[in-house]
Amino acid sequence: MKFLPLVLANLKRHMLRTALTICSVALALFLFASLRTVSTTLASGSEVSSASRMITQNATAFVIPLPQSYATRLGSIPHVQAVTWANWFGGKYGDGKKFFAQFAVEPESYLKMYPEFQIPEDQKQAFLKERSAAIVGEGLVRAFGWKVGDNVTMQGTIFPGDWTFTIRGIYHPSQKEYGDDSFMFHYDYLYERERDRVTPGWFILKIDDPNAAPLVAKTIDDEFRNSSAPTKTGTEKAFAAGFASMWGNVNLLMSTIGMAVVFAILLVTANAMMMNQRERTSEVAVMKTVGFSDARVFGLIIVEAALISMTGAALGLGGAILLPIVTGFGTGGFLPGFHVTPGTALVGGSIALLLTVASGIVPAWQAAKLPVVQALRRVE
Amino acid sequence: MALVEIREVDKSFKREAQTVDVYHGLTIDFEQGSYTALMGPSGSGKSTLLNLVAGLDKPTRGTVRVNGAEVSAMTASQLADWRARTIGFVFQSYNLLPVLTARQNVELPLLLTNLRKAERAERTAIALDVVGLADRMDHFPRQLSGGQEQRVAIARAIVADPVLILLDEPTGQLDAKSSEEVLDLMRRLNEEFHKTIMMVTHDARAAAQARRVLHLEKGVLLEREEAVVS
Ligand SMILES: Nc1ncnc2c1ncn2[C@@H]1O[C@H](COP(=O)(O)OP(=O)(O)OP(=O)(O)O)[C@@H](O)[C@H]1O
Ligand SMILES: [Mg+2]
Repeated sequence: MKFLPLVLANLKRHMLRTALTICSVALALFLFASLRTVSTTLASGSEVSSASRMITQNATAFVIPLPQSYATRLGSIPHVQAVTWANWFGGKYGDGKKFFAQFAVEPESYLKMYPEFQIPEDQKQAFLKERSAAIVGEGLVRAFGWKVGDNVTMQGTIFPGDWTFTIRGIYHPSQKEYGDDSFMFHYDYLYERERDRVTPGWFILKIDDPNAAPLVAKTIDDEFRNSSAPTKTGTEKAFAAGFASMWGNVNLLMSTIGMAVVFAILLVTANAMMMNQRERTSEVAVMKTVGFSDARVFGLIIVEAALISMTGAALGLGGAILLPIVTGFGTGGFLPGFHVTPGTALVGGSIALLLTVASGIVPAWQAAKLPVVQALRRVE
Repeated sequence: MALVEIREVDKSFKREAQTVDVYHGLTIDFEQGSYTALMGPSGSGKSTLLNLVAGLDKPTRGTVRVNGAEVSAMTASQLADWRARTIGFVFQSYNLLPVLTARQNVELPLLLTNLRKAERAERTAIALDVVGLADRMDHFPRQLSGGQEQRVAIARAIVADPVLILLDEPTGQLDAKSSEEVLDLMRRLNEEFHKTIMMVTHDARAAAQARRVLHLEKGVLLEREEAVVS
């Protein structure tokens, strides 16, 4: 591309202006990609959840536990095939800077309930056998450099004191969306030390027919309506969506803000490009006199616009993609893996392309159509 | 056949309601290897004549032929291509792209050819050498004097080896010494390299260099062959 030095020289003319324009494009696409990732992550939470799993939680509030005795009663409800339960541990590891979820689970039934957590058979057996054993996601292994056999000590926040676990297994999620940064250990290990203070946080049920879910939910919630701990039962999907609704109408908000920002940046960039071109009227005339055709002049200016928006897009999207990786920022097992989806990258790329056209086409067209004679008269 | 043949050319400009007639039935030839100075009062149509020859503007009527090609009948993209190969143009000022070095400015017309990088570099170096600026190749226009800038512009006008060089008041903004240098250079290009030159000028000394002097006045060309000899 022998014309590249010419394009680059033009971009270097106002270094600061070019840099600022690139930065604003980068910022726009970074914001866009990050905001969109929040919504895709929330959405994927409800998408990947199994239609045949249901969650029973306390009707008053999610954080209030349920009596242990419910396990057997839930098991006898029609369509319910299996029951397991889990509890939120809320421990702090190391300096506590990296947050991840720890669940106390009923080991055997929990792993059966979630075949999405794939563990080598020997590790699974070792985990089941030992009361203080834990299994952890590969993401945590990467973050902390753990390996099978390591002892890990955490400070309890809900359940005070030091808690030491032995890692016996490492799981791999069958789908990225299930997340690889959860920490699971025996419910009994928690129970033997805390006794009166601990009962299951929520129950997970497997039903034989997804279509029966509304019926099952109604039966269960009716059954416990007049007890000391009324329940709220829903599909796993509804449960994940419940997390999403905690954020308010996130999706709409995110996309509205995202689009407004991108649009504002578009105007700024287009304006900067047009300013550049106006200053260059006589130079375009000289180029045409030298023999540059209208089409070539047009192309050079479009390439210039493309370089600005593509560089900005690469920086912005790259930043958004790297952010969760570098900072290890995640939703800590609450929600499935936080990452920029290919769809988001694609839409971001299209925005950059649109930006190229929008910011380049007017100045390029004006330059291509510029009558040389008139332009030269203006300067002399 | 003359290199440049202008036949029965009318040129008028429409400005709002009124029309400015510059020439009516202009006919003149410029021979291969000639060196012509075009003089005349402001507004007499000197620049317009160069623009017509370079295909930057179209006659209202009549034909302009250069080197056998009918310039007045070519399309815009044909013209661009043809201009790159045939014409070297030098203006009074604002010739150079300020963001490019002398070398890059001179190389500009060669980017439109199929020459390889090494050949382009070689030709650029030769052209800059001809104008005596081999040691200023990597300077930007703002680092050059007015005379040097004009010589870079001349290097660019000759680098693609065009048959015809058009200059519109090339010494108009130069001091006496720089003008001298530029004019010497033009004479060399004509005598040594046999370039055909058409130069618009207000400067009698510049005109004195030329081998033919034409006066344009009220749309009429008056010949004043070998009139002033220094
Ligand atoms: N693009 C244009 N639009 C309108 N009028 C024009 C245009 N170009 C030239 N003219 C008119 O045509 C006439 C000739 O202009 P031209 O520029 O050729 O004169 P000139 O001899 O080069 O003058 P100067 O010595 O001042 O450069 C002038 O009256 C000018 O106003
Ligand atoms: Mg003029």
